[in-house]
Amino acid sequence: MIGYLVRRVGTSLLVLLGLVLATFLIVRLVPGDPVQALLGARATPQAVAQARQALGLEEPVLQQLWSYFVHLLTGDLGTSIPLQEPVSSAIGSRLAPSVLLIVYGLVVALVVGVPLAVVAALRPRGVVDHLVRFTTTFAFAMPTFWLGLMLALLFGLRLGWFPVSGYESGFGGVLRSLTLPAITLGLSLAVVVVRTLRTSLIDVMRTEYVEAARSRGMSTTRVVVRHALRNAVMPTITLLSVDIGFLIGGTVVIESVFRLPGLGTLLLSSVQRRDYPLIQAITLLAGAAVVVVGLCADLLQAVLDPRVRLGRS
Amino acid sequence: MGGAIVVVIVVAGFAAPLIAPYRPDAIDFARLLSPPSGAHLFGTDDSGRDVFSRTLYGLRVDLVVVLLVTYIPLPIGVVVGAVAGHVGGVVDAVVSRLTDIMISFPFIVLVIATVAIVGPGLTGVAIGIPLVSWALYARLARSQMLLLREQQFMLAATTLGFRRSRVIFRHGVPNLLRTCLVYSTVDIVLNLLVLAGLSYLGLGQQPPGAELGTIIAGGESNLLDAWWIATLPGLVLVLFGIGMGLLGDGLSDDETRSNP
Repeated sequence: MIGYLVRRVGTSLLVLLGLVLATFLIVRLVPGDPVQALLGARATPQAVAQARQALGLEEPVLQQLWSYFVHLLTGDLGTSIPLQEPVSSAIGSRLAPSVLLIVYGLVVALVVGVPLAVVAALRPRGVVDHLVRFTTTFAFAMPTFWLGLMLALLFGLRLGWFPVSGYESGFGGVLRSLTLPAITLGLSLAVVVVRTLRTSLIDVMRTEYVEAARSRGMSTTRVVVRHALRNAVMPTITLLSVDIGFLIGGTVVIESVFRLPGLGTLLLSSVQRRDYPLIQAITLLAGAAVVVVGLCADLLQAVLDPRVRLGRS
Repeated sequence: MGGAIVVVIVVAGFAAPLIAPYRPDAIDFARLLSPPSGAHLFGTDDSGRDVFSRTLYGLRVDLVVVLLVTYIPLPIGVVVGAVAGHVGGVVDAVVSRLTDIMISFPFIVLVIATVAIVGPGLTGVAIGIPLVSWALYARLARSQMLLLREQQFMLAATTLGFRRSRVIFRHGVPNLLRTCLVYSTVDIVLNLLVLAGLSYLGLGQQPPGAELGTIIAGGESNLLDAWWIATLPGLVLVLFGIGMGLLGDGLSDDETRSNP
């Protein structure tokens, strides 16, 4: 267990280091002068010099990389020049809507996905299974921004059940303003949940212990809930942890459709303003979130299932 | 069925100048925001432009870009992954960590970061997508090669004293290519959605150029009184995705039938 833990944490740290290097390159790869791109052609020489200083572009490249790394370790993500604000506080004020959207979306994905996977797996290649398969193929092909617009048109503008843009305060307000975005996000993720959970459920339903449970006369519901789901859920957890990247990417588009003040819209406005420190920080944060969630999922699995830790060490 | 849908849409896209009833940028102030009709299948937008014609021309842009960004990284990833899987050791470790890093970034975030470097436009998207997707193919090819490496015919080729490059490319790659091609049918849809999504966000195709994402974005401000502008081009995207999905399912079914 210790060996597995050390190896798994080690590779994650290596990947994190790679992420830091990759985000460091963002500003350095801008063709021409990033400061000119940021401030425009009519900037005064003093402003240009000041910005170069703030972006740390004056030193040799290796030293820039070192100070970028040291600053990261102390939690200093730099300063946004257009916003005149430290990057960390700009991100902090936008974090909550994005995180809540992801959590809410995940809940929607499970509530929609798990029952569909179960009914599909009970009779593989049956009518229901084909129906579910067609629905997921349809859902997979839908662009998230288009789905968001359609939901906004139907439930927001036509029926007036939910707001179509903005972020209200208070628990009820947040819930109301995040419902349509979360359904948009959750439906695209539900496709993944249905497909993996269905496959692993079909495998589990063929095992001898499920057969044994059935032959003791247990109801199908009980067999599925007590025996099959528990064992089929592992591959789905792994896949969900891999798909956290997909979820984060989805929030960028969905926040923009519903005009939510989250990290995704912050990233987009930073790209338009050429605010490189913010772009770097959000990109790094998104990558790091994927790595950390992946690590947690693997460790959770090793704790819950001894085959994982024994098999690999 | 899936193949038929895809063929119809691809032909419609590439033959846009022949099929489209209007120029994609022809403005008609007499018919602003008119609903779908015989003269305008998908209605007109707020400049009186024919949405159906714009969709066809936009489809062509989307298809060209998507084919490029899907089938340029595929061979690169396959070669890197196949070599890493067969050679093993340090090469494999380096390639694996590199693909881990690329895959750790949420796809669309990395493409947006690339656009931030290159500047908005199709070029940024065309560079950003392959930058990540070679890694997906490399990972797939590597895992397939790890399985193939231990099979009799591969061991035999090595024992016969063939050079490693011959073993990998003549004996290994043809056998793992099919899996990668099946995956590419999923990848095309994902790339199309990313491309349309970025154009929708204003980072891909720049207006007034027609592209499905920009057409849908253009319809957003008139969503309630002119639903057709955003809805119908989106349905074309969905139809193409369903077609590719069915095609991919067919291909992987053939595969399980031929190697049971």
